[in-house]
Amino acid sequence: MSHHIVEVRDLEFTYPDSTRALQGLSFKIRHGESVAIVGANGAGKSTLLLHLNGYLTPTAGQVRIGDFPLTKETLQEVRRTVGMVFQDPDDQLFMSTVYDDVAFGPLNLGFPLAEVAMRVLKALETVGMAHLKDRPPHRLSSGQKRRVAIATVLSMSPDILVMDEPSAGLDPRARRQLIELLKTFKHSKIIATHDLDMVLDICERTIIINNGKIEADGPTVDIFQDEKLLDNCHLEKPLRLQSCPLCNPS
Amino acid sequence: MSSRLETAFYDLGRLDLLAEQDSPIHRLDPRAKLITTLVFIVYVVSFDKYEIARLLPFFLFPAFLIGMADLPFGYLLRKMIIVSPFVLFIGIFNPFIDRQILLSFGTLQVSGGWISLVSILLRFLLTVGAALLLIATTGFPAICMALEKLGAPRIFAVQLLMLYRYIFVLIEEAIRMLRAHTLRSFSTKKMRYQVFKQMLGNLLLRTIDRAQRIHLAMLSRAFTGEIKIARRYNFSRQEIFYVFSLLLLFSCMRFFDISGLLGNLLLEFSS
Repeated sequence: MSHHIVEVRDLEFTYPDSTRALQGLSFKIRHGESVAIVGANGAGKSTLLLHLNGYLTPTAGQVRIGDFPLTKETLQEVRRTVGMVFQDPDDQLFMSTVYDDVAFGPLNLGFPLAEVAMRVLKALETVGMAHLKDRPPHRLSSGQKRRVAIATVLSMSPDILVMDEPSAGLDPRARRQLIELLKTFKHSKIIATHDLDMVLDICERTIIINNGKIEADGPTVDIFQDEKLLDNCHLEKPLRLQSCPLCNPS
Repeated sequence: MSSRLETAFYDLGRLDLLAEQDSPIHRLDPRAKLITTLVFIVYVVSFDKYEIARLLPFFLFPAFLIGMADLPFGYLLRKMIIVSPFVLFIGIFNPFIDRQILLSFGTLQVSGGWISLVSILLRFLLTVGAALLLIATTGFPAICMALEKLGAPRIFAVQLLMLYRYIFVLIEEAIRMLRAHTLRSFSTKKMRYQVFKQMLGNLLLRTIDRAQRIHLAMLSRAFTGEIKIARRYNFSRQEIFYVFSLLLLFSCMRFFDISGLLGNLLLEFSS
């Protein structure tokens, strides 16, 4: 078993309209590591995420997940290993009840029904949504939808959680609860986000992407101190690291 | 315009809420309710076109469901009135075409056309009412799954499920677009055809985008082309009893003239 769970080597991707979205990215992520992917709008974050579960095929370079290089043959295994949570829960929750949605992955993986039921309940309990299992998704609040969306991948017991903007559109309390929930997970986590304060809470490592290239890769605390770097990449110091406007009016 | 769409939207949601209630009827297996409703509808429409009296006992079934499942009668009635014009137009010309006198009370003579019009309306109340009650006690998704388990093609059931899931998302998107339009159109109340065309096109494009994202979400959960749904219902003795007793009752009402018998009985007592 390799030491690294995700390995991206010289990844390049060009969209059919010849937009060069990724221009040679390389990084490795260890077991249990939480990594934030940050960058300006259109920097290539989402394109990168779509490579991690084989939805997009690299123009050049390679992606390895666990022990497998990502190829057609390993695609199913990779998709079980990588749990992908999308930005809009309405895209992720496509079945008519919460239960069916969480059961979708395990059923596709061919687990026996008793096992499916167990996994569904366990996943829903983990995110605290077991009492809503018979609800249709359109009757849930945004925060509840987000939690159920996370449960839909937890039920496949992935090793890696990949999330696109998990805190977007949540009220402050729902956001805080989500952060606390994510902290309890032992999975390797890859989170693409603009919420740098959340990154400070969850991710010990940050990768900054700018124009399809890695601009910086290192400990979150160090990177967020480098104001010049952040400014270059359309980012800002997390609010908590900025000085208080009441104590030190500038 | 937007407000009407919004009302319709929340109305649809209300039907959903009713289906989430808890009652002996709600707890039954959806298949039991689906079968009884289908047989009920077939029996009701199978009567002769001048039949009125023998349709009346069939109102027992909707009354039984409304009572047992604790449903708001007024709300259901309002839903039916919305569709009633369509039905009225099916039968509205019968009195003019079919002038043969079939009944007379003293000087009042009733033509076959009037009788068949009333019969059509009664059938409408019974069949549409039964279908509405089925949805209000079962919920649309459960009905789709029951259909699939009773042998309807899976692709059909899944299409219906997805349609129901995303009709809410689609309507919400349309409402947001209409709102944005209303807020910037000021005095012009009506939407220009040009604008309407573009908005509709825009909505279609958004739908295609969303379909792509949903497909992506499915793929990342090991989707291989066939949607699987876990079966969680069980057809127990209770359901068998429910189906058989109702089918027996419906058959009695269909093949014996219950209102006629009751009438004769009443006449015998009074004489």
